[in-house]
Amino acid sequence: MTYEFDFSSLLPYWREFAEGVWLTLQLSAISTVLGFVGGALCAIARADGPPWLQRVVGAYVEVIRNTPLLVQVFLVYFGIAILGIRIDANLAAVLALVVNVVAYTCEIMRAGIQSVHKAQIEAADCLGLTKTQTYWHVVLRPAIERVYPALVSQYVLLMLASSITSQISAEELTAVANRIQSDTFRSFETYIVVGLLYLALSFVVRGAFSVFGMLVFTRRRRLGTPL
Amino acid sequence: MSAVVKLSNVHKSFGALKVLDGVSFEVNRGEVVAVIGQSGSGKSTALRCINALETIEQGSIEVCGHAIHSDKLDKRALRLDVGIVFQSYNLFPHLTAEQNIMLAPTCVRKLGKKEAKDLARECLARVGLAEKADHYPEQLSGGQQQRVAIARSLAMQPKVMLFDEVTSALDPQLTGEVLKVMEDLARGGMTMILVTHEMSFARKVATNVIYMRQGKVWETLPGHQLENPSTPELREFVGSEL
Ligand SMILES: Nc1ncnc2c1ncn2[C@@H]1O[C@H](COP(=O)(O)OP(=O)(O)O)[C@@H](O)[C@H]1O
Ligand SMILES: [Mg+2]
Repeated sequence: MTYEFDFSSLLPYWREFAEGVWLTLQLSAISTVLGFVGGALCAIARADGPPWLQRVVGAYVEVIRNTPLLVQVFLVYFGIAILGIRIDANLAAVLALVVNVVAYTCEIMRAGIQSVHKAQIEAADCLGLTKTQTYWHVVLRPAIERVYPALVSQYVLLMLASSITSQISAEELTAVANRIQSDTFRSFETYIVVGLLYLALSFVVRGAFSVFGMLVFTRRRRLGTPL
Repeated sequence: MSAVVKLSNVHKSFGALKVLDGVSFEVNRGEVVAVIGQSGSGKSTALRCINALETIEQGSIEVCGHAIHSDKLDKRALRLDVGIVFQSYNLFPHLTAEQNIMLAPTCVRKLGKKEAKDLARECLARVGLAEKADHYPEQLSGGQQQRVAIARSLAMQPKVMLFDEVTSALDPQLTGEVLKVMEDLARGGMTMILVTHEMSFARKVATNVIYMRQGKVWETLPGHQLENPSTPELREFVGSEL
């Protein structure tokens, strides 16, 4: 082993790295928000929708969970091109990630929804709450609280998996790294830096979710126990 | 005096199983009716039918002027007049005692937050739990949870309260504190129908006791007469429960 590390040749690229980090964060944040909303709606449809809708959503979830993300990204990217719609690579990346994460969110949320006992719904019904009020206050709120840790893991994974969209030349962190290493011929060093940046991003994202969780879930903050 | 609750010849089956076989009884304003009987005799089903949680095949049920058996029944209006408390409390685990109580008044009666909070405090005080307002269900004993569940129903100011074996999951000491709350309610003039195995409570508090057997009202008698049943079946049942 006589490899000589040289990180100094990467220094001039700090701005590119920073832009990559920023774009990765943006891609992840947008995909997370859309993925959560879409996933929650799909979960409601799959748990309590009409049978045909349950089957459609179920099929979608199974297809997504049993194919590689990279293939999904290509299918979305080229599919959009074939439809004759021109969108930039970053937007295509968001779309692909959303298509993917909606399916996983759906499964997690469905488990949460189904963990709410029928007697809870009956109690709300007996108190005069409408179906919608019951669904929001008695089903969704505790369901989300219960599966929050699983959702957080999924969204951290999403942030890491967003690196795959470098393949359709979305300008996120991994794509930046690919370019820098071919400029500098310092591949190992580049990916060490990128690895550390992803590690830091994971900590930041987890921390942000943790703070958000503490703000939103009063019970968890006060008791410290899972629901 | 017109009946607050009136069942006439009610029939109800689950599949081939006949659970209510021509049940009729009336409950007037301010009366406390205790429903007793062996497990499986249809007591819970009768209560659930009164609150339109089950449909009936034949007969009629009127509750506070609502015709339960009718297609035109406004279930939500009915639910405003009837409170029900179950054996398993069914408190919402992610909400404090106070928030459990505030939920329906804010959602259904559209009270403001401040008003709902005051109401919740008042209802908690009625069940002797004023100091537990900020506790979550898991921080409360079974008896306390059941009292919160009663307070939650009371906050909707129902005209009739239904209780389905609300002390059956509790040990004797906790049973006492819940029965005390129910006794206070009865003394306060609340119209109540309660399914119970607490014979001494039925005798002390109930205006009338209904003994159900095989889906029928087998015998009805005043609470204080509970030691002197006229049917041998009830005599045997009371003997086994006391
Ligand atoms: N939802 C249901 N589906 C099928 N059978 C039921 C259902 N609810 C109750 N039963 C049956 O009806 C009978 C009467 O039940 P229930 O009214 O709960 O009796 P009790 O409260 O007097 O113990 C029992 O045999 C019970 O198993
Ligand atoms: Mg029962």
